[in-house]
Amino acid sequence: MTQNTENNLTPSVVSEAGKIQDHFDLFQTDPYQDLFEYKRQFEGAHSKEEVARIAEWTKTWDYREKNFSREALTINPAKACQPLGSLFVAAGFEGTLPYSHGSQGCVAYFRTHLTRNFKEPFQAVSSSMTEDAAVFGGLNNMVDGLANAYALYKPKMIALCTTCMAEVIGDDLGAFIQTSKNKGSVPQDFPVPYAHTPSFVGSHITGYDNMLKGILECLTEGKKTETTNGKYNFNLGFDPYIGNIRELKRILQLFDIDYTVLSDNADAFDSPNTGEFKMYNGLTKLEDAADSINAEGTFFFQKYTTPKTQSYIEKEWGQETFNFRPFGIRGTDEFISKLSEITGKPVPQELVEERGRAVDAMTDSQAWIHGKRVALYGDPDHVFGLVNFLLELGAEPVHIVVTNTNPEFETELQAVLDASPYGKDATIWGKKDLWHLRSLMFTEPVDLLIGNSYGKYLWRDTKTPLVRIGYPIFDRHHMHRYETLGYQGALNLHNWIVNTILDELDRQTIIPAKTDISFDLVR
Amino acid sequence: MTYVEDNKELIKEVLEAYPDKAAKKRSKHLDVYEEGNSDCGVKSNKKSVPGVMTTRGCAYAGAKGVVWGPVKDMVHISHGPVGCGYYSWSGRRNYYVGTTGVDTFGTMQFTSDFQERDIVFGGDKKLAKLIDELEILFPLSQGTTIESECPIGLIGDDIEAVARQKAKETEKPVIPVRCEGFRGVSQSLGHHIANDTVRDWVLPKADEYRKLPEGFEPGPYDVNIIGDYNIGGDAWPSRMLLEAIGLRVISQFSGDGTFNETVMTPLAKLNLIHCYRSMNYICRHMEEKYGIGWLEYNFFGPTQIAKSLRKIAAQFDETIQENAERVIAQYQADMDAVIAQYRPRLEGKKVMMMVGGLRPRHVIPAFEDLGMQVIGTGYEFGHGDDYKRTEEYIQDGTILYDDVSGHEFEEFAKKLNPDLIAAGIKEKYVFQKMALPFRQMHSWDYSGPYHGYHGFAVFARDMDLAINNPTWSLIENPWEAK
Repeated sequence: MTQNTENNLTPSVVSEAGKIQDHFDLFQTDPYQDLFEYKRQFEGAHSKEEVARIAEWTKTWDYREKNFSREALTINPAKACQPLGSLFVAAGFEGTLPYSHGSQGCVAYFRTHLTRNFKEPFQAVSSSMTEDAAVFGGLNNMVDGLANAYALYKPKMIALCTTCMAEVIGDDLGAFIQTSKNKGSVPQDFPVPYAHTPSFVGSHITGYDNMLKGILECLTEGKKTETTNGKYNFNLGFDPYIGNIRELKRILQLFDIDYTVLSDNADAFDSPNTGEFKMYNGLTKLEDAADSINAEGTFFFQKYTTPKTQSYIEKEWGQETFNFRPFGIRGTDEFISKLSEITGKPVPQELVEERGRAVDAMTDSQAWIHGKRVALYGDPDHVFGLVNFLLELGAEPVHIVVTNTNPEFETELQAVLDASPYGKDATIWGKKDLWHLRSLMFTEPVDLLIGNSYGKYLWRDTKTPLVRIGYPIFDRHHMHRYETLGYQGALNLHNWIVNTILDELDRQTIIPAKTDISFDLVR
Repeated sequence: MTYVEDNKELIKEVLEAYPDKAAKKRSKHLDVYEEGNSDCGVKSNKKSVPGVMTTRGCAYAGAKGVVWGPVKDMVHISHGPVGCGYYSWSGRRNYYVGTTGVDTFGTMQFTSDFQERDIVFGGDKKLAKLIDELEILFPLSQGTTIESECPIGLIGDDIEAVARQKAKETEKPVIPVRCEGFRGVSQSLGHHIANDTVRDWVLPKADEYRKLPEGFEPGPYDVNIIGDYNIGGDAWPSRMLLEAIGLRVISQFSGDGTFNETVMTPLAKLNLIHCYRSMNYICRHMEEKYGIGWLEYNFFGPTQIAKSLRKIAAQFDETIQENAERVIAQYQADMDAVIAQYRPRLEGKKVMMMVGGLRPRHVIPAFEDLGMQVIGTGYEFGHGDDYKRTEEYIQDGTILYDDVSGHEFEEFAKKLNPDLIAAGIKEKYVFQKMALPFRQMHSWDYSGPYHGYHGFAVFARDMDLAINNPTWSLIENPWEAK
């Protein structure tokens, strides 16, 4: 075996240039590289040749076939579980404390996940159920939990969802909440909407739907009036771009439409630093949410995130629902035209000009995007908006991976792809994961990948440049503050896409005297 | 009133917001340290109070996220619904060297993605099939661990039977870990459960599984690094120091560790344990079973590094002791320079900390090396023995909070007005909104390493950039009088 030698042991803590070296520099230095090499003999590692051979094999069609034969194993899925969506939607309502009934570790995970994406505090509580609750049920935990949360955090509403533990043992939420109220945990008239959100059904978008429906059911009970209130409701779905809510409100104000955003969590995920921590930043007033039952209609931007809520609104409220995808130019055109139609007002000049500017920008950069082959993944509605936009630009979606898919979505998206000359090479890979996508990208390479931060591993392995659009984005800052909706949003999407392509060209041409022939100043 | 009395009064005030039952429970977890007390005066490792914002996680997080997850050449299956694996995917930076997806798997997520039918009919068959599929796609993996999520224990699956069968078929270790999230009161039980699986499923077969380096002979200086998870690469400067004093590190369990290193551990002469809370169990077992002693060390800050190196060297002969002195002396100038640069900028700054099971005590001396003072500390999931070990690190009047709630932590901070809060991601932005400088002490805020001499320089730099960040002075706007 290799012996350790003394000379490789003790490098100085600062570099020769006097800079303190952290993990980015330190572990690239010779002493640490030697340490890694020395350590290897204890690791029982495979030979480097064998590792290289298998690494190459994972790029082949043979591997792809084996990879696609998987039936039980999921690797790197592009979906989370229900309660995440429940907490996300609950945070948009005034004074609302999200509450997760079940094991406590789940809440730690949800809070961490949302916090890492938005770099904002996210407050939620749990029933902290343990073994005894697994045996006897979680009633006592809920009685105490609601009492404590109410006393300590003084919410106006507690939006309650479940973890899979509570679902498996079959806790009866409606009865438990009533018992808690009878025992004085919270006042009788205090709103505690609830939703069953088992993690083994659907994904985070299902949880969004269930909780939204629960909140609306609870708040609108007995609020139906004879006449409508002249307002429209708007729901954005599990949309991590809080800039979209602000952009929507700006557009609605341009039309002078009276509106209620159902779950306005823009401030919940982007509050100003005033030196004072405010626990509740949900902007949808409970009063407005209660009155949403009397609106003229409800607009949804994520059809496949909100099926139950939509069906509830249509059937129980007798209210019209509208589905639009105001992403890209035509999607926004359709939405803006509808606003014009319902208001009877012409489209404001400001929006007409914004449209013109967005189209102008797209045309300016079109040559760099036209014909580029793209892989993308994400939630159904998210992917739908992106595909529409890519087709408008003349980019060609090739691999479309949607782990939390559904047949209706696939049919609708397929029709869009079939109708475009740029959609001919596209395949929708429903229920597949990012390890499948890795095989797809090795065997049928593309020019560009669009996805969340987890896409960086595919970038590293396949060298396909990554445009970060989606959730979560942990490794780039502030993306969520921008809008992707409307003409302004189209401009942002376009900017991220084209400049990723140009950055990549620079990376490919940066070696002096070798590739820098094309390291161009003007592109 | 004295400082101690003031702080006791503060605790009373903070408790007033709770309903009686919760106030009574929480009161036992808060205290002010008075010299001479033997146990810091707080209860610990008890259930969190329902409805009160705890920072704690669950047994799964402790077993998969902490103990087993960093073992880089095994596949760790999050067995159950998709969420647990998703939220813990690449969240902790357990750095490792390897080709991910080929011979190492640390930043990947493997899940059985339970659906309703799996809950109804049981998931054992799916699990068995899944392990077959892993063998096809990842032939270089050195084995599998199965981390159970909540439903597994509730529906009565027999993952042990599946593990035994598949271990036989694949001739690789398959280790069932019963770390359902509802077990115990925090991550801590997950650590214990994972340790027990090493005891029950790994070490008994260590001789069979072990691949010795060519020409390997056990030696008098063989040690294991236990319980360093290599966050931001911490274990590597630690290893470098131990090797520099002449010891031979034959295993890292589990940061940047491999399965083979796990089965190398019984060959060592001494277990050097960094995180006592999460790994004391296996050290105690190895002491009992193999007569291997164990020693806790602290590599945060030059004072403790020197102390620990001497303590470790004292277990060996004079050569090692001389080497330790040489290494300490060699870094003296570097450390003096770091302290000369940063101490004037940090002198007298007050810190409140709240971390997992080790750092609430171990990091205190590193702050003190920079002239800073820790005025409050507490554990997310510590036990009585952690608080006992904390005494030697804290001063009279230090406020102690166990499983601190959001409410308590915020109120303490408002009143005690520290210059820095050092805790986790869920707390970070709460305090930053309060214009309080903050550093994450679980993840080093994506910086690091913080262990060893190299780590201390990074630590000093980071504390300075947090506290002396110019944007703090921008928060107050010119128009609204405070």
